[in-house]
Amino acid sequence: MRAVLTMAKREFFAYFGSPTAYVLLAVYLGLTGYFFYSDVAFFVTFGAQYLATGLWRYVFIDYRLVTLLVMPLVTMRLFAEERKLGTIELLWTLPVRDYQIILGKFLAAWAFFGVLVLLALIPFGVFYVFHPFDLGPPAAGLLGLVLLGTAFIACGLAASTLSENQVVSAMVTYGILVFFWFMTWNEAVGSEELIRVLTLLSLFDHYYSFASGKVQTVDVLYFVFFIFFFLYAALRSLQSRSWRGVV
Amino acid sequence: MTVSSSATQADTGPAEICAEHLHKSFGGTVAVRDVSFQVARGEVIGFLGPNGAGKSTTLRMVTGVFPPTSGRASIAGHDVVREAILARRNLGYLPERTSLYSDMAVTDYLRFVADMKQIPAREVTKTVTWAMGATGIEHVSHRLVGNLSKGYRQRVGIAQAVLGDPSVLILDEPTSGLDPEQVSDIRALIRGLGDEKRTVVLSTHILPEVEMICSRVIILAGGRILAVDAPSQLERRLRPYKEFAARVVEASDVLLTSLRTVDHVAEVVVEAAPADEESGAEGTRILVRLEHGFDMRREIASKIVDGGAGLLELQPVVMTLEEIFLKLVGETHESQRS
Ligand SMILES: Nc1ncnc2c1ncn2[C@@H]1O[C@H](COP(=O)(O)OP(=O)(O)O)[C@@H](O)[C@H]1O
Ligand SMILES: [Mg+2]
Repeated sequence: MRAVLTMAKREFFAYFGSPTAYVLLAVYLGLTGYFFYSDVAFFVTFGAQYLATGLWRYVFIDYRLVTLLVMPLVTMRLFAEERKLGTIELLWTLPVRDYQIILGKFLAAWAFFGVLVLLALIPFGVFYVFHPFDLGPPAAGLLGLVLLGTAFIACGLAASTLSENQVVSAMVTYGILVFFWFMTWNEAVGSEELIRVLTLLSLFDHYYSFASGKVQTVDVLYFVFFIFFFLYAALRSLQSRSWRGVV
Repeated sequence: MTVSSSATQADTGPAEICAEHLHKSFGGTVAVRDVSFQVARGEVIGFLGPNGAGKSTTLRMVTGVFPPTSGRASIAGHDVVREAILARRNLGYLPERTSLYSDMAVTDYLRFVADMKQIPAREVTKTVTWAMGATGIEHVSHRLVGNLSKGYRQRVGIAQAVLGDPSVLILDEPTSGLDPEQVSDIRALIRGLGDEKRTVVLSTHILPEVEMICSRVIILAGGRILAVDAPSQLERRLRPYKEFAARVVEASDVLLTSLRTVDHVAEVVVEAAPADEESGAEGTRILVRLEHGFDMRREIASKIVDGGAGLLELQPVVMTLEEIFLKLVGETHESQRS
């Protein structure tokens, strides 16, 4: 546990040692604020009735996009930088296990994501002051957003183990996530069965019900599975040094 | 491959590092083949070999960076694969590539490593202070690692390795890439670290370095061990004769013939005159080769003086590690050809 926290602490503070972190925070704050504002304007202009389906759903679907844009840039350095600096070799000889290193980095990225989410909640607070609302549906949306972001982190973490190049790591993450997004779009091609299976696998199809204020066990399980799958992939990728060597 | 050497097995104590038939291949390329050795507690041992010899790969298997393809290794009695955590608790490692987080201050970095090494929380400050003292970096403790000179970064790397006072230190090319002054500083530092409790392994492709620091040397080339021995023992094995160099004013045939009559002298040759003007050496150098175990300097000197050849200088010729190395590589090539 101590090793995990030590690793997490080092990674978390490393974010703030570079200007990138502040740029990411600013972009996330700016874009989520903008989307929130325009969604509220849309809701008011078109006089929709229910906040949950008329406003929060759109806010969270828009937040998803901003999160998709920003998170791969948050996770890209996690292992790529260690490989580039050669520091990974030292980590491999310290009395800690690979999974502890992975969990430490995962926690650090998660804490950074936590800061982002707090920023994204500011508009909700402002809105609440002027117009108190039922907290249930946005809470479900928030849970969905956190699960989604955590899934992005797991995927980005695994991608960052692949090479010492951070751009490669970010692009691989975008590639995987966008694939999971679009894989149900080509409905005309596949059979109905295939589409049903793909919908089951699709990342964003499991997010929409959270966004509309519903928490379903199957969706939670999907994200948990997704997260564990990529964390395990990261572990296996680190262990590939046994045939790949230190590169 | 069996290592034909008297000093393969150190008999000064239980083996602190033990490697048995280590073998490593990456895809098709074999980096290390059948490497076995033992290092006793308190020994300072050197891995010597040209680039690509397999030094780093061997050290990486021993430190547990990656497992061997076959064979096994242990540190302080713990298998580096099956009891990785226990083995690593006794290990300090300086990788060949400087591997420091450049965005951290020196103390923060050392504290990070100390925490990762599971050093008890109340001892962290103490061990970090001690390690900085031992490596002479106290006065840069608040600087960012990335802003230090290469020599100081190497010191931070060594400080990191000695945190927690591990019984085994493994340093991969600790002086490579440093300027001459930094090199001698780091060598002095490493010599100071070796004591009866601490086992030190270092690798280098610089020959005099092992002579200066190590009591035993493992010579590697092409992923194989060519020899394991004390630098002085190697010489005896590789050179059939003990050699003395005499510098005389005039090397006549009569003198050479008379030298050949001295007991136990096997060979007398005149060394081809090197362009030695800078050193101001005059005369001719004669090499007198004697059977091992005999010192006939007195007789040689009196033959030269009596013959009126004008003795300027007489001294034993020590084989440099460089010659030893060339000879070993040559030997292996020959045995492979036949
Ligand atoms: N990850 C790797 N993949 C392929 N070949 C490697 C790898 N690491 C080392 N080698 C090869 O193994 C050999 C030994 O390398 P190394 O142990 O680094 O030598 P040294 O440290 O003595 O210079 C070299 O020929 C090198 O090219
Ligand atoms: Mg090397």
